[in-house]
Amino acid sequence: MTLATEPFILNIGPLHPSTHGVFRMRVVLDGEIIQDVEPVFGYLHRGVEKLFEQRTYKQNIPLSDRLDYVSAINNNWPYVMAVEQLANISVPQRAEYLRVIMAELQRIASHLLAVGSVMNDMGIFFTAFMYMFREREKIVDLLEMVTGQRLLYNYMRFGGVSQDIPTEFLPALDRFLKVMPGYLDEYDTMLAGNEILLSRTKGIGVLKAETAINNSASGPLLRGSGVNWDLRKSAPYSVYDKFEFDVPLGTAGDCYDRYIIRMAEMRQSLRIIKQAVEQMPAGKEKTPTPLRLRPHAGETYTQVESPRGMLGCYLVSDGTEKPYRCHFRAPAFINLTVLKELLIGQKLADAIIIFGSIDISMGEVDR
Amino acid sequence: MTTNLDLNSIALRLKEQYGQVVFAEPDYLEVTAGALPHIAGYLKNTPGLDFDFLDMVTAADYTDRFELIYRLVSIKNNTVIALKVKCGRDRAEIPSLAGLWKGAQNQEREIYDLFGISFTGHPDMRRIVLWEGYEGHPLRKDFKEKAYDAGN
Repeated sequence: MTLATEPFILNIGPLHPSTHGVFRMRVVLDGEIIQDVEPVFGYLHRGVEKLFEQRTYKQNIPLSDRLDYVSAINNNWPYVMAVEQLANISVPQRAEYLRVIMAELQRIASHLLAVGSVMNDMGIFFTAFMYMFREREKIVDLLEMVTGQRLLYNYMRFGGVSQDIPTEFLPALDRFLKVMPGYLDEYDTMLAGNEILLSRTKGIGVLKAETAINNSASGPLLRGSGVNWDLRKSAPYSVYDKFEFDVPLGTAGDCYDRYIIRMAEMRQSLRIIKQAVEQMPAGKEKTPTPLRLRPHAGETYTQVESPRGMLGCYLVSDGTEKPYRCHFRAPAFINLTVLKELLIGQKLADAIIIFGSIDISMGEVDR
Repeated sequence: MTTNLDLNSIALRLKEQYGQVVFAEPDYLEVTAGALPHIAGYLKNTPGLDFDFLDMVTAADYTDRFELIYRLVSIKNNTVIALKVKCGRDRAEIPSLAGLWKGAQNQEREIYDLFGISFTGHPDMRRIVLWEGYEGHPLRKDFKEKAYDAGN
């Protein structure tokens, strides 16, 4: 006797712990194997690009924090850089170094959250997550010391940053730089050879380099497939050309490589911060700009390497005090293009890990 | 990433192949909508150019026309080139580049959703962030949101 079978349709999300926000996947299953995936976007769409056109240039800086709320400082950067280019605002050297220090601290905090939450997804419930949060807390304390905020910092300004570092910041940063490598070693001992991690990530979600490039993937997702592409190296912005650091690359392109790359990038960020503190000159933290800022008419495109990949800002000015058009190239949104290709043919339980290893932030995906 | 490509010489080579469809501006090549897929394919597949990475696609509404901006990156040569396409506002249609780069799929859907420019040849031309049945395209300059613009 044969049993009649039919594909099973399962909705994952939008409210589900593994979707890291309000993302929804409509999955067609044959038993445990995924036959088709339809990602559904838009649950966090706030129309940020339209809001940008309705506010003045300065009012828009805090809005840019809210694109990717896990790495708010990195999200300020392309926008302020675009306005600085159009309005010919010069940035003092000290401000550039402050931006680098804060952005790299933010990158470590973001990667810690990314790695910790994937651990949750694969069944190491909250042990690894809480270890990661121990260090993330220290970084958030440092950022709070400078900006007064703990999540959305509103730190960058046209022509610099909102405020210089207080006197107690550098000693505290120094303590952090001393202890953090030890913590990273601790993770490597506990996690890099961890049975659960290895069996759930090795050879899972393999992304070939050509596929990654064809799908416009960027960030750790692209570098995990062995493509040497980091904007801090290949198109150095700000003062990144003055630091020595490596770009960690994967070989297999699986979830394990993406994990290893995030861990290695944290060490490189520490190297950059250390050099930035040594090289940072004295001086002003900001060039004064007029309150009613009117950049010259024209258009520009600026980009930075955010923790999730290439984050760009396409800005069109018509000479008035509001942007005419402002578009953000959101790396998390574009990285999700490859999701379908990665998931079809995989087991449902692996799909959660693969999705987590892309590391999205819904504020940026939906905008 | 550098932009030290000789745009004029690329434009000349393209003109030989595709006729008067390419104009070299200071920062970008302006191409016609019909020639876009051919030119993009040429830039992608010609050895020495190797623009294999579609960085960004977006559009802007200039009330009398739409302008689409494509940024192509050659990871091998560390260079970037920008293409611009103008298209009319009524019955706005552009050939899709999703066949060349899958990375264009979601971005073109987003442009369709927010500007109402439809991409011919796209495998899945639906709204992406707004829901089916939503009226209008919010990033068009003449879009009025009922509650927000009630006072105007």
